[in-house]
Amino acid sequence: MDRGFGFTRRAAVVALLASVALAGCGSKSDAPSGDAVKAASAVGAVEKPVLKFGFIKLTDMAPLAIAKEKGFFAEEGLNVTLEPQANWKVLLDGVIGGQLDGAHMLAGQPIAATIGYGTKADLIAPLSLDLNGNAITVSNKVWDMVKPDLPKDADGKPRHPISASVLKPVVASFKQRGKPFNMGMVFPVSTHNYELRYWLAAGGLNPGYYTPGDVGGTVGADVQLSVTPPPQMPATLEAGTIEGYCVGEPWNQAAVQKKIGVPIITDDEVWHDNPEKVFGLRKDFAEKYPNTTKAMLRAIIKAQQWLDADGGKNRPEAVKILSQPNYVGADYDVIAASMTGKFTFEPGDTRPAPGFNIFFDKFAGYPYYSDAIWYMTQMRRWGQIPEDHADKWYFDEAKAVYRPDLYLSAAESLVKDGAIPRASVPETDGFRGEQGGFIDGITYDGKQPNAYLAKLKIGLKKGQRVTASGVTGN
Amino acid sequence: MATAFAEIEPVETEKTVADTAIPQAVSGGKPAEAAAPAVPGKAMAAAAKFARGMMAPVLGIFAFLALWAILAPQVDTSLGALPGPLEVAEQGVALYDEWQASNEAKAEFYAAQDARIAAGTQAIAFNYAGPPTFLDQVFTSLKTVALGFILATLFAVPIGLAAGLSPMFNAAINPLVQIMKPVSPLAWLPIVTMVVSATITSADPMLAKSFVISAIVVMLCSLWPTLINTAVGTASIDKDLLNVGRVLKLGWFAKLTKLVLPSSLPYIFTGMRLSLGVGWMVLIAAEMLAQNPGLGKFVWDEFQNGSSQSLARIMFAVIVIGLIGFLLDRIMMGVEKFASRNRLA
Repeated sequence: MDRGFGFTRRAAVVALLASVALAGCGSKSDAPSGDAVKAASAVGAVEKPVLKFGFIKLTDMAPLAIAKEKGFFAEEGLNVTLEPQANWKVLLDGVIGGQLDGAHMLAGQPIAATIGYGTKADLIAPLSLDLNGNAITVSNKVWDMVKPDLPKDADGKPRHPISASVLKPVVASFKQRGKPFNMGMVFPVSTHNYELRYWLAAGGLNPGYYTPGDVGGTVGADVQLSVTPPPQMPATLEAGTIEGYCVGEPWNQAAVQKKIGVPIITDDEVWHDNPEKVFGLRKDFAEKYPNTTKAMLRAIIKAQQWLDADGGKNRPEAVKILSQPNYVGADYDVIAASMTGKFTFEPGDTRPAPGFNIFFDKFAGYPYYSDAIWYMTQMRRWGQIPEDHADKWYFDEAKAVYRPDLYLSAAESLVKDGAIPRASVPETDGFRGEQGGFIDGITYDGKQPNAYLAKLKIGLKKGQRVTASGVTGN
Repeated sequence: MATAFAEIEPVETEKTVADTAIPQAVSGGKPAEAAAPAVPGKAMAAAAKFARGMMAPVLGIFAFLALWAILAPQVDTSLGALPGPLEVAEQGVALYDEWQASNEAKAEFYAAQDARIAAGTQAIAFNYAGPPTFLDQVFTSLKTVALGFILATLFAVPIGLAAGLSPMFNAAINPLVQIMKPVSPLAWLPIVTMVVSATITSADPMLAKSFVISAIVVMLCSLWPTLINTAVGTASIDKDLLNVGRVLKLGWFAKLTKLVLPSSLPYIFTGMRLSLGVGWMVLIAAEMLAQNPGLGKFVWDEFQNGSSQSLARIMFAVIVIGLIGFLLDRIMMGVEKFASRNRLA
């Protein structure tokens, strides 16, 4: 029905354009038609104006929704459709198969696709969508078991951050009863998997290793992790299949709202200002349509700036847009609970969390090589990368996937237009330098991935391999 | 008839009879009408017919709604209590409002675009790229099932005819048919997805990949009833008719159009009706799993939203899916009846 309408529209417009062109032929001095031709060549620079992007129903897809709803895509001459996807696998296949021109992606997805873990494909990440934005939630049952022993602050609330070591007795009691302690994350190469593993390992619990080729990752595990799509997390927790999960918003706040679980730690507390989702697309798309790529990056950067503008004054409007059923679709209050500078841990324990979702500040959009390398060190740490590699291998792979050159080309054109301040574009070689802010106090330097791996207590060391029976080698 | 399909025939025909029998009983169909003139108390018969034809279904529906309204609030989910009929109806209205709002947004978009084009700031006209409304999803689903159904019929009828006419061919394909028939759409989906993705390589294909994938899955699952019924119908043609054809020295094309097709048409249409029913069921499942646009995706997206209205919206979609399935079946039943009447005349 609407398609037919569209076609007739198109026909009408073609006729209109034709008449304008004819008029232009008739008299050279016709000013409007001259302008039309000039504008046509400017907009014509975008090779593929009709685009379809995929996303998962998480609040950190906000830059895409805002770019569309606030007209930033349209400003760049793009006509974008946003389509929710069932899970990360479907989304990845959509991008690789060409049904989607780009997507809100897990940072690990383009990296894993490029190094050939899972589906092999040449994907790139020219832009980082946000910092932080995840949390780890445990079921009420587990929370009741750990809460009495937690050190309290003066106001009687548990002192944060809470170490995973508090789970040790719970896991032991599960083991005694012959039951595995299960937790959920959203995808084998997701940020959530690595954050949950980091938190557990920092607390002395082994989250298990991956054998080559498997996606279970439960060899030698104290806590068994499994994959569940984000929107189904609360339902899976409620069903008792898992005792906790690590996921993006609004699915931690949904557990609070439904009174089925308690967020125990945010990812900002596991690793301060950690890089989160990226905008991913096929490498050949960016090569074939350079102007389109630049135009979409410009639109997304503008949306990121809008989201963080003036201390978050636009956030309530953003929450309203995200609560539409075609975007995140959860209730306004649930989304607002993490998007507006606060985070609720349990009823009555709402704390300020101004940095819970950062989209633009702190150079959030710049795709740092060191971020990609951190993800690769975690892939190696847990066996997803089965063999040792030299530092150079990490640098080369990171440079193949993360493309600050594309980001800079878009961002600098925006600076030139006066759309974003010069200070918001970092001057860097792509490495953040030595970073602290991890819950276990270990520092990370992207220029020394192997040295970093050696510092981590639980995790594969040089020369170690994983087989079904355990870790071998030394 | 000494073919392997013979063993399936009773099952299929029984099913057909059962399918038609229920609606007839509900709507006070032919048997009652035929009996009416013979009964002297015409008014009483008419009243009885009305009671059976109208009152009973209405009562049934009201009883169901009442039970639903009473029981639903007692089921407590993490998305709140299960919605009753009122909440579901409210969401139906809300979906209608959304559709209207989207139409307004669309009109605005085109107006703004026309203005921009007229002002020369935009060179190419775009189609409105807003989110699909519930009604859009319904139309997408209908289009998909139509394409799948047409493809299924185009494949099934010729193969069925060949199988009915040649016991040899029938024996050759019978094991394949028996194995393929019970396969769930969900098993086909990954294969079809990969094949279609590999086949359609154009950047801007005429039909969207997701649309083709759903339609082909529908076709794969819905062609079997038509195929089997066509084969059975063709094989059960009166031997005398074939002999007459032989005496008249009819060519194979004439034999096909003058003898075989007319006598097997009712079977073919019965098969098509079953096929369409299967296709509609399969389509919803395929859309749900593959995230192809349509009603199935609407249901899945709402499930993923997990907002306080989600359950009511899903229930509304369930009712609409049921109604459309019912309407499609009714349309095919009409066609089927028309076909058999034609043959008798």
